[in-house]
Amino acid sequence: MISLQTFLIISAALFCLGLFIVLTRKNAVAILMGIELILNAASIALVSFSRFITPYGTGGIGGVVAPGAPATGGQTFVIFVIIIAVCEAAVALAIILNIYQNFRTVDTEQTKELKG
Amino acid sequence: MENYLWLIPFLPACGAVILLIIGRFLPKMLVSIIACGTIFTSFILAVITFIQLLGLPADERIIHQTAYTWLQAGAFKASVAFLVDPLSIIMLLVVTGVGFLIHVYSIGYMADDKRYSRYFGFLNLFVFAMLLLVSGDNLLMMFIGWEGVGLCSYLLIGFWFEKTANAIAGMKAFIVNRIGDFGFVLGVMLLFWSLGQVSGQWTVTFTELREHAHYLTPAIATAVGILLFIGACGKSAQIPLYIWLPDAMAGPTPVSALIHAATMVTAGVYMIARMNFVYVLSPTAMMVVAIVGVGTALFAGTIGLFQKDIKKVLAYSTISQLGYMFLGVGVGAFAAGIFHLMTHAFFKALLFMGSGSVIHGTGGEQDIEKMGGLRKYMPVTFWTFLVGTLAIAGIPGLSGFFSKDEILWKAFSSSHGHWALWLVGLIAAGCTSFYMFRLLFKTFFGKNYSELVHHTPEQESSGTPVCCDDKDSAHNSHGHNSHGAHKGPAHESPWIMTVPLIILAVLSIIGGYVGIPAIIGGANHIEHFMEPVFSASAESAPHESSTPEHHSPVEFILMVVSVLVALAGISAAYYLYMVKPHIPKQLAAKFAFIYKLVFNKYYVDEIYQKVFVNNLLRLNNLLAYPIDLGIIDRIVNAAGLGTVGVSNGSGWTDAKFVDGAVNGTATTVLTGGKAARVPQTGKLKHYLTWAVAGVVVVIAGFWWLLR
Repeated sequence: MISLQTFLIISAALFCLGLFIVLTRKNAVAILMGIELILNAASIALVSFSRFITPYGTGGIGGVVAPGAPATGGQTFVIFVIIIAVCEAAVALAIILNIYQNFRTVDTEQTKELKG
Repeated sequence: MENYLWLIPFLPACGAVILLIIGRFLPKMLVSIIACGTIFTSFILAVITFIQLLGLPADERIIHQTAYTWLQAGAFKASVAFLVDPLSIIMLLVVTGVGFLIHVYSIGYMADDKRYSRYFGFLNLFVFAMLLLVSGDNLLMMFIGWEGVGLCSYLLIGFWFEKTANAIAGMKAFIVNRIGDFGFVLGVMLLFWSLGQVSGQWTVTFTELREHAHYLTPAIATAVGILLFIGACGKSAQIPLYIWLPDAMAGPTPVSALIHAATMVTAGVYMIARMNFVYVLSPTAMMVVAIVGVGTALFAGTIGLFQKDIKKVLAYSTISQLGYMFLGVGVGAFAAGIFHLMTHAFFKALLFMGSGSVIHGTGGEQDIEKMGGLRKYMPVTFWTFLVGTLAIAGIPGLSGFFSKDEILWKAFSSSHGHWALWLVGLIAAGCTSFYMFRLLFKTFFGKNYSELVHHTPEQESSGTPVCCDDKDSAHNSHGHNSHGAHKGPAHESPWIMTVPLIILAVLSIIGGYVGIPAIIGGANHIEHFMEPVFSASAESAPHESSTPEHHSPVEFILMVVSVLVALAGISAAYYLYMVKPHIPKQLAAKFAFIYKLVFNKYYVDEIYQKVFVNNLLRLNNLLAYPIDLGIIDRIVNAAGLGTVGVSNGSGWTDAKFVDGAVNGTATTVLTGGKAARVPQTGKLKHYLTWAVAGVVVVIAGFWWLLR
């Protein structure tokens, strides 16, 4: 029986995995991957809440979704999250490339100086 | 309906602010429009107010408007409020009307001046202050205006400050006025305080003061009256504080017209008329006012006889005419005094502007000895000047005759009057007509001006020490650089200057017809119009101000006598300066002592210099050298040495104890810092780890609590 709880457990596991990666890796790119995992965990949680708790529109606030029609709030949020993740990855990778140009490494332990 | 009263003073104030702040960057045309437009609008508003007043029943002619409460302390409250009654509306009309004409005239007179906008800014500011003075409903507002006109007189008289003499003249006006203002302030305070003591009414508004004035004892009323009169002496140039006015001729001529005809010098008369309820309680104070007034009228009149500078003659004539006004209010004829104030504003502004036109037309010449025959060159100026001269001399049919005669008759007949006052006033009237016609003949008749222009002006230094009263103060600093080296024939002034002259000439002719005395079949409208303002005085002093209509033949006889005296003065002037122009010099040689005495203005300036200024300087020197250097400096040095000793001790304590404490604090902080540095690695990972650990602990705690 797949229920909300299942999804939340998956989401939590994924989050912990991502957090673990973020906290233990030295490679900046690996840390980015960890962040992606954390974001995906959040996305799963959002979609599952939407699906299990408010599956249908109520014609409520703003009346965006007609009563009885399937609600799309969760998916909308996920789209946002993905877009943000993309932007963040772009910026972060640009920073990492610059760090590599300056330090000849992407090891976060060794990049200690904020000199340009 | 009455909510525009505050606009009357506010508009000129706006004009002044605009002109003084950004006037420099505006074109001259716009400056003129702003300056004249604001005054003209005020004038229109004053006329509307006047019509409104006329529409009210005679004893309810008061329009009162409170803008806001200005200050409040306990039961005392002073508002920025405006009171318009028959007395102040006449003043408002005169100030705005004549002021507007003077503004228009100034456009022509000051056309070449390099500080054009500044001049008009000051002029507007001046009118604003004067309007506050006459329209305020309480003594404090009056005082603001009172000080405002004092300041503006300083600014305007010293307007051409490139010449030190002009700047000094401005300062002199300011300082002499300050002496008078001191008396005025004391009078206001004494009135406020004593009235509050006896009646429990702490107030400065005129209406309330008038209501409660009867609580005052005669002694207090006398003291208040005399103190206020000292203030009036300063502003209105009466003995002993008149000395600033002749020197004030250093300013541009339109300024003289504004300050010495229509506005500032009349403030004293207005103030005494406004405070009539105090004066009627004190015959002594009224007598002082009347005697000083008539004394000034004669004294200044005699000085005017021999003056050589066209503006100086007019200055002394102004002082003399103001003396008449004070004679009027001093004998209880408040309405007559104000009536004369009004007519005098017309013809004296006209005469000043006419003299300005002469100065303008002759390229800055002010010495009447060097003029002559100008009537051919400047017809408009001549005819208007003639009208003004006839009016001031008291020729029947012109305005000056009615108002002056009213005052002389009241001086003779009222309960405060005395035949001696009348006689002195009459002699002064003779002097007036003599010197005014002397001026007219010397300027406009006789030898041709163009024959005289090639003379080099002989610089006579009259050598007054208080102020180098420079005879030709406006010569070089005069804005007409284009006429500076003007040697051709004199020329008529442009229309912008002559039109105001013509308007004022008409006013000088017809201005008197509002106050034709009953004796020759008139109704004396102006007196009846102002009666409500002075009616309180009439009640407390039954036979004065509004005398019952008794047609005594005496009045008629006196009228004829004064006309004869005026004609005698004119004839004497005609004989001495037209028929036999060599006689004056012979007479002057014969009575050299008297001539010198009068010509040098009775040496009053010199006496003041010796008695007051020099002694003040001496006191200053005494205070400076032996006292200041000898005693005070030693005290100061001793104090300094003491301080050095104390600070040495303090320094030792500082080094030993305070520094120790400070260093101790620093060490403690350093140790703490070392410990605190350990977790601060600067690595995000470590921080995140700490954060996660914290979250884990929190969650574990919750789980343990909620299990």
